[in-house]
Amino acid sequence: MYMSNEILITGANIMGEATADILVRDGVITAVGAKLEAPEARIIDAKGLIALPGLVDLHTHLREPGFEQSETVLTGSRAAAAGGFTTVFAMANTSPVADNAGVVEQVKRLGDEAGYVTVRPIGAVTVGLAGETLADLGSMATSRAQVSVFSDDGKCVHDSLLMRRAMEYVKTFGGVIAQHAQDPRLTIDAQMNEGEVSSRLGLNGWPAVAEESIIARDVLLAEHIGSRLHICHLSTAGSVEIIRWAKARGIAVTVEVTPHHLLLTDDLAENYDARFKVNPPLRTAADVQALRAAVADGTIDIVATDHAPHPHDTKDCEWDQASFGMVGLESALPIVNTTLVSTGLLSWSDVARVMSQAPAQIGSLEGNRALTVGEVADIVLFDPSTSREWSTDDVVSRSKNTPFSGITLAGSVVHTIRHGYLTVTDGLLVDEKVVAEAGGFRG
Amino acid sequence: MKHLLSTRDLDRATAISILDVALDMAALGTRDVKKLPALRGKTIVNLFYEDSTRTRISFEAAEKRLSADVINFSAKGSSVSKGESLKDTAQTLDAMGIDAVVVRHSSSGAPHLLAHSGWLDVPIVNAGDGTHEHPTQALLDAFTLRESMFDDDARGKGLDGLNIVIVGDILHSRVARSNIWLLATLGANVTVVAPPTLTPPGIETWPVRLSHSLDDALEAAPDAVMMLRIQSERMKAAFFPNAREYAKFWGLTAARYRKLGESTIIMHPGPMNRGLEISGEAADSPQSVILKQVTNGVFVRMAVLFTVLTGAKGDVHE
Repeated sequence: MYMSNEILITGANIMGEATADILVRDGVITAVGAKLEAPEARIIDAKGLIALPGLVDLHTHLREPGFEQSETVLTGSRAAAAGGFTTVFAMANTSPVADNAGVVEQVKRLGDEAGYVTVRPIGAVTVGLAGETLADLGSMATSRAQVSVFSDDGKCVHDSLLMRRAMEYVKTFGGVIAQHAQDPRLTIDAQMNEGEVSSRLGLNGWPAVAEESIIARDVLLAEHIGSRLHICHLSTAGSVEIIRWAKARGIAVTVEVTPHHLLLTDDLAENYDARFKVNPPLRTAADVQALRAAVADGTIDIVATDHAPHPHDTKDCEWDQASFGMVGLESALPIVNTTLVSTGLLSWSDVARVMSQAPAQIGSLEGNRALTVGEVADIVLFDPSTSREWSTDDVVSRSKNTPFSGITLAGSVVHTIRHGYLTVTDGLLVDEKVVAEAGGFRG
Repeated sequence: MKHLLSTRDLDRATAISILDVALDMAALGTRDVKKLPALRGKTIVNLFYEDSTRTRISFEAAEKRLSADVINFSAKGSSVSKGESLKDTAQTLDAMGIDAVVVRHSSSGAPHLLAHSGWLDVPIVNAGDGTHEHPTQALLDAFTLRESMFDDDARGKGLDGLNIVIVGDILHSRVARSNIWLLATLGANVTVVAPPTLTPPGIETWPVRLSHSLDDALEAAPDAVMMLRIQSERMKAAFFPNAREYAKFWGLTAARYRKLGESTIIMHPGPMNRGLEISGEAADSPQSVILKQVTNGVFVRMAVLFTVLTGAKGDVHE
């Protein structure tokens, strides 16, 4: 590695708006402009590359502790860096559940040691994700893990009173509840989107109304008590309409959509290939169009991956026996490029907003993520001109349950810089020891 | 036809060819020696992950009449109960060098996986998967309809213009699905009668007419009425209030049977809940072809196994 703590990025297209050089020193952006000079710096030729602030994923499953056969904090951090992320929020459905300060501090420590991304643990809303009693919300918030987002993701906080109390209580420390909106009674043994395809295939339906009714209830609760609310992985056109209404009323709700819900549809279940089994399920083409339009008009605030690694065996089986979920960190930016940028729905500065600035804000991260002088040097350099058929070779996660194999995706992450050091260069992950050392050095 | 997984992907010519082969099989059934050496030396595994005495015995009878060697594999008496995956079971069977698998499974799509996952490379016959399909049941129903309508002139015919009413739990019924696709392919007009709770979402895109009144549907004097079995657990899940009410609105009661014209035949895939979806009087009436369905089931399954294992397109000459 270079002895210098300087990186000079030359000729980058900064968020699609202007071409400039970016000088990074000691983890911070120290200059942005034309023809910068830094004789000691490592030079990165970024001609033709889009520079974006390091991506922030508000919804990642790192699986550790408890499910290390699927993913660890280290392997998931590597997958994140490969996808251009510099921060991920790690969901709480581990074993033991992240419902106390001990577990969230452990996850944060593992993230710090790995050094590829900033790992911000999400705390469970209820003890054991059981939906019965509130977890140690305050202790997690004031722990070294600084938990600011709470979620029972995988399960819905379906008890109205408990949801109200949780949203009220976390105001104490500026936290937010991220709701997995799924009425459990309307989705007993649900396997895929309820509709013509599920009927034909004989798979139990997961109706749109099971998501929409919870979102409607929760935005009304948020309004009633004056709390913030975040909705995870919104998936239906009807949900978009409810959010549009809520935002027009001034309700403090934010919303995420996953890359897979922006691209894939429920008819992919036709061959009973469980790589396409996910919760919430893939919906119809009309839903996909509504979700894309909602990102474009700002109704949907952010794109978050819901990266959900699972071992091969739990996908290579009968559909109704298979696990829900798909990996998505590595493919997120190419999918956003393919579905939203190439289609003219988003500019690159919009991408910076929905994949970095807005998720950071929802998660109460410091910094502006603006690629301006004085900002922490979290940067991704993306080549939008490439195109390739996605395959499991593109997945660096410990689990390979990508649904995108065989689909042509546009663009690739070329370099990722976190806190001023490279985690990915020329499309390849930097060595674990090098990254851990750099991460330890700069923290 | 390598596999028989569903009736939805069965074209008209293939369907009619299977029914015609079944006619040949039926003709053999009248001889003293009912056995045919067609599948001698072939080993067929009946892989049953779900209890089913009737269907398994019907397949077994069909296999034995074709002189195949039969291995019955039921989930309860095997390593499945110890948690062996479908993939491992399939690969184990493949390693044993078997020639075909007849599979019944509670998971929709399990036969499709066996046929397409590369775990084993032999013909797969779906004997009922979850709430997806039960194609041999639909074929035996079509055979029975053809026989009832055309008697000795059935060969080569479809079911064009016949009016068929299917009644009951369409949502959970693999028999209904397979029948709807096959009857449409063979040219019949299908009316489906079910409470809205047991009607599949998106049924408006299916080739059927939907009615919520059994009386209206029977008023039109259909050629056949097909009653589906209703399972008691549906009641607990609030699909309908209680058995009495189900029988009153959706059952072929004695009163409804008596109003039915003599030209309407009565069908049921069995096993019946007498007094619930069908009255004893209707089930045992001269119009009932329920036992004929059972008889024909063996011929149709012989025809299916013969077709997938020999690739034959219609001839059954010894």
